[in-house]
Amino acid sequence: MSDQPSPQSLRTEAIETLLIEKKLLTSEAIDTVLTTFSEQVGPMNGAKLVARAWVDQSFKARLLEDATTIVQEYGFEGGQVDKLIVKACSESVHHVVVCTLCSCYPWAVLGLPPRWYKDPGYRSRIVREPRKVLTEMGLTLPETTSIKVWDSSAEIRYLVLPLRPAGTEDLDETALAELITRDAMIGVAAIEPPS
Amino acid sequence: MTDLELHGETAPPMSNGEIIFEAPWQNRLFGIAEAMYQQGYFDRDTFRVYLIRAITHWETENLGQTDQNYAYFDCFQNALTQLLQDNALLETSALEHRILELQARPHGHDHHDHDHDHDHDH
Repeated sequence: MSDQPSPQSLRTEAIETLLIEKKLLTSEAIDTVLTTFSEQVGPMNGAKLVARAWVDQSFKARLLEDATTIVQEYGFEGGQVDKLIVKACSESVHHVVVCTLCSCYPWAVLGLPPRWYKDPGYRSRIVREPRKVLTEMGLTLPETTSIKVWDSSAEIRYLVLPLRPAGTEDLDETALAELITRDAMIGVAAIEPPS
Repeated sequence: MTDLELHGETAPPMSNGEIIFEAPWQNRLFGIAEAMYQQGYFDRDTFRVYLIRAITHWETENLGQTDQNYAYFDCFQNALTQLLQDNALLETSALEHRILELQARPHGHDHHDHDHDHDHDH
């Protein structure tokens, strides 16, 4: 491993130190941001919404009708959700989310986006050949299930409400939330039943 | 090096533990951009325009590259740098000068402890 910091690391440190010297920013402000994202924001927020929607039909209806208001009611922190739309999967329709232009993502409910979400390959191919990409990512859907791809934007973010797996009838909301994955809420994975 | 760790209640359930930041500087850079946004120096839509431009530029320059070579946070850094410069929050010459200063630091230097890509203690 080299003793020399990478050029990107040096540039980042240079930006930070200059902004601090100009009193535009403090180290504490940066630390606070990172602490917030590491400790308070993550896919469990989205998992809570999905689990409740699985057990409460009236909540599910509200979530599909106006998820933005529900996120505000829950008080989830971590970035804006100007407008959040939840798309519910069914046996006949599967939903998957992308941002074709950059990396728009519902931070408040899913935390920070995974690396692959930002890659050019995913961003372009999931639109052109979603079934093939999903299969490559480990999700093989029946031919009878159609796939809808939702392109996020600065204004609209999407969350996928995955199908509740069989064999979970006896689980409560908390136990259900533990089954729910980030990838399923992006739409690139199914929820596995408890082992 | 460490990455932003998700733990406790926010721990991604199941197999969600994919690394989001591949190096500490990416984590720090994200924090700088988010803190600047939160303090009102720019809005997200403006930053998004810069980010899209930087990504498009990278993709134009790197046609045919495979995914694993994709340098998203390089694009993110270019976008943030350009945005700060265009808004007179950061001068190009000052930035380049500071980078040279940081490069010239002696071994064992005493400075901010966020990313050095090496594995000894300070």
